[in-house]
Amino acid sequence: MRLNSVGQIALVAAAIAYLLGVYFASSPVWMGFTINALIVAVIALSWNITGGFGGLSSFGHAAMYGTGAYASAILQVKFGLNAWIGFGAGILAGATMGAFIGALAFRYGLRGSYFALVTLAFAEVLRICASSFEFTGGGSGLQLTLTPGIGNLQINDRTVVYTALLIVVAAVMALTALIKFSRFGAYLIAVRENEDAARALGIDTYKIKVQAMAISGAFGGLAGVLYLQLWLFIDSTVVYGSAVSVEALIGPIIGGAGTVWGPLLGTLGLHLLGEGAKHLLPNAPGLNFVLYAIVLICALRFLPQGLVGLAGRVGPFKKKENDNA
Amino acid sequence: MSSLILPAVLSGLMMGAVYALVALGLTLIYGVLHIINFAHGSLLMLALYAVYFLHYHLGVDPYLAIPIVLPVFFALGYALQRGLIAPMSSGSEQNVLLITLAISMIVDNLALYFWTSNTRTADIAYAYDTVEILGAYLPLGRVIAFVAALAVAPLLWAFMAYTRTGSAIRAVAIEKRGAELVGIDVNHTYAICFGIGTACVALAACLLLPTFYVTPQVGYTFVLVAFTTVVLGGMGSLVGALIAGLLLGVIESLCGLFLGESLGQIGIFLAFILILLFKPSGLLGRAR
Repeated sequence: MRLNSVGQIALVAAAIAYLLGVYFASSPVWMGFTINALIVAVIALSWNITGGFGGLSSFGHAAMYGTGAYASAILQVKFGLNAWIGFGAGILAGATMGAFIGALAFRYGLRGSYFALVTLAFAEVLRICASSFEFTGGGSGLQLTLTPGIGNLQINDRTVVYTALLIVVAAVMALTALIKFSRFGAYLIAVRENEDAARALGIDTYKIKVQAMAISGAFGGLAGVLYLQLWLFIDSTVVYGSAVSVEALIGPIIGGAGTVWGPLLGTLGLHLLGEGAKHLLPNAPGLNFVLYAIVLICALRFLPQGLVGLAGRVGPFKKKENDNA
Repeated sequence: MSSLILPAVLSGLMMGAVYALVALGLTLIYGVLHIINFAHGSLLMLALYAVYFLHYHLGVDPYLAIPIVLPVFFALGYALQRGLIAPMSSGSEQNVLLITLAISMIVDNLALYFWTSNTRTADIAYAYDTVEILGAYLPLGRVIAFVAALAVAPLLWAFMAYTRTGSAIRAVAIEKRGAELVGIDVNHTYAICFGIGTACVALAACLLLPTFYVTPQVGYTFVLVAFTTVVLGGMGSLVGALIAGLLLGVIESLCGLFLGESLGQIGIFLAFILILLFKPSGLLGRAR
């Protein structure tokens, strides 16, 4: 989490100022919208572990997100278990799904386009299954019963929800920083930079990649559970749809993949942009995705290291070091 | 039950031929540019709308629209590769993947905005005509699509094998720098290839419209099946894509028969995952 330029400090300060400013915003719209952005930031941080540090671009992170949400919802609706148990189980289910996909995909050495496709296919199979079986609520989805209270993890007060989400995002980012600067993180980055060389140095690249998928899956499951507890309703398209997978990868890439702050910054920036567009053209539902796509293309061309990389070039403290944010 | 299997296999083959046609374009692009074109389905959707509107506003029969739509989509594909994908990707494969994803997001959502999510079907007199083959009644449009797709695959193969452009495409696919050194314009060849791939999709749209529907989401259903077809056939293999497309059509049809209509596509995706896991080089692909 070392920031090493004036630009990066300014960028992060602006984000923190915005997040705190939301408490004092005159309209509740700001808080509601930022709450959604924060949940997306968690799935973006999840993608960042494998896609950013590991260089394993997943196009199906909805698989973990949806599995977390469905695991928790099924335990609560079908087995009547407490929401906190569902919360833990959702994270665990996400991690298991991540490790499972990773174990299968990496055992056969899938990389690049092939890995992108296999993750996409997993998310799609899960989506069709979830919409077809009675157990998962079929086409009509699963609805939690409304029983407000902290014991049931259903909080009515928006401000409390927002604060809780800020803490969760901060915790996930702290874990991300911990991973990045740990031995494990160094291994993972080595796999991204040159997998054959990493293996030649004695790194068990298969194990590292599967572990990264499990951690990423746990974060993804967490994001799914948060979504469930906020809206109390899920169906197959909402949690397993391709929109989730796209949002998971687009924020980190625009913010800066493989950085601690990038996923949050990218997601917040995109959502602000999308929200602004919604006000200018209120009757265009998919317009935010058109904007996201245009920003994505420009970012790929002009910002290879995302917003964090761009800010890193503004007033650097030291020369020759530019990716530690 | 057994009396249902033969018709299901036949109707699966008919659908499979269309999958194969869509996948031919995709596998051609993969074989040369080594990228997966996520915008392929969106371009199919766009072509379906083009054919639909030609019929709706100008009364052009979908089959007669082929000489209009095909060149237009070839030009569109050429322009997309030359004007957007190549300059914006800075040569990185992952960037190309993401740019085609971005294109599909733009096209899909603009289609949703301009044409709404209503399902449209062309009102064509012969849409409900059927042909009896081996005791199964098959829609005439599907049979035409089947025959046309089977005819296009060898044509495309002959083009690749015997024309100068075809040789240039193969040269670039095998050794980009070597091709450049002997004077082949690589960017032009890439764009030609993208154009042909897009033209395949336009042809598929003309053949599909009489018996199919159009929504802004229709491309998404096809693109995943097309990915599966390409992977199953062996990435870059034209003959493989044809065989795989037919096979997947039958798999989908039989899964639909035994597991229920909504689960028909499960068979396709399970086949996809199994292939990716156990034989990523596909049926006829070169080992990588």
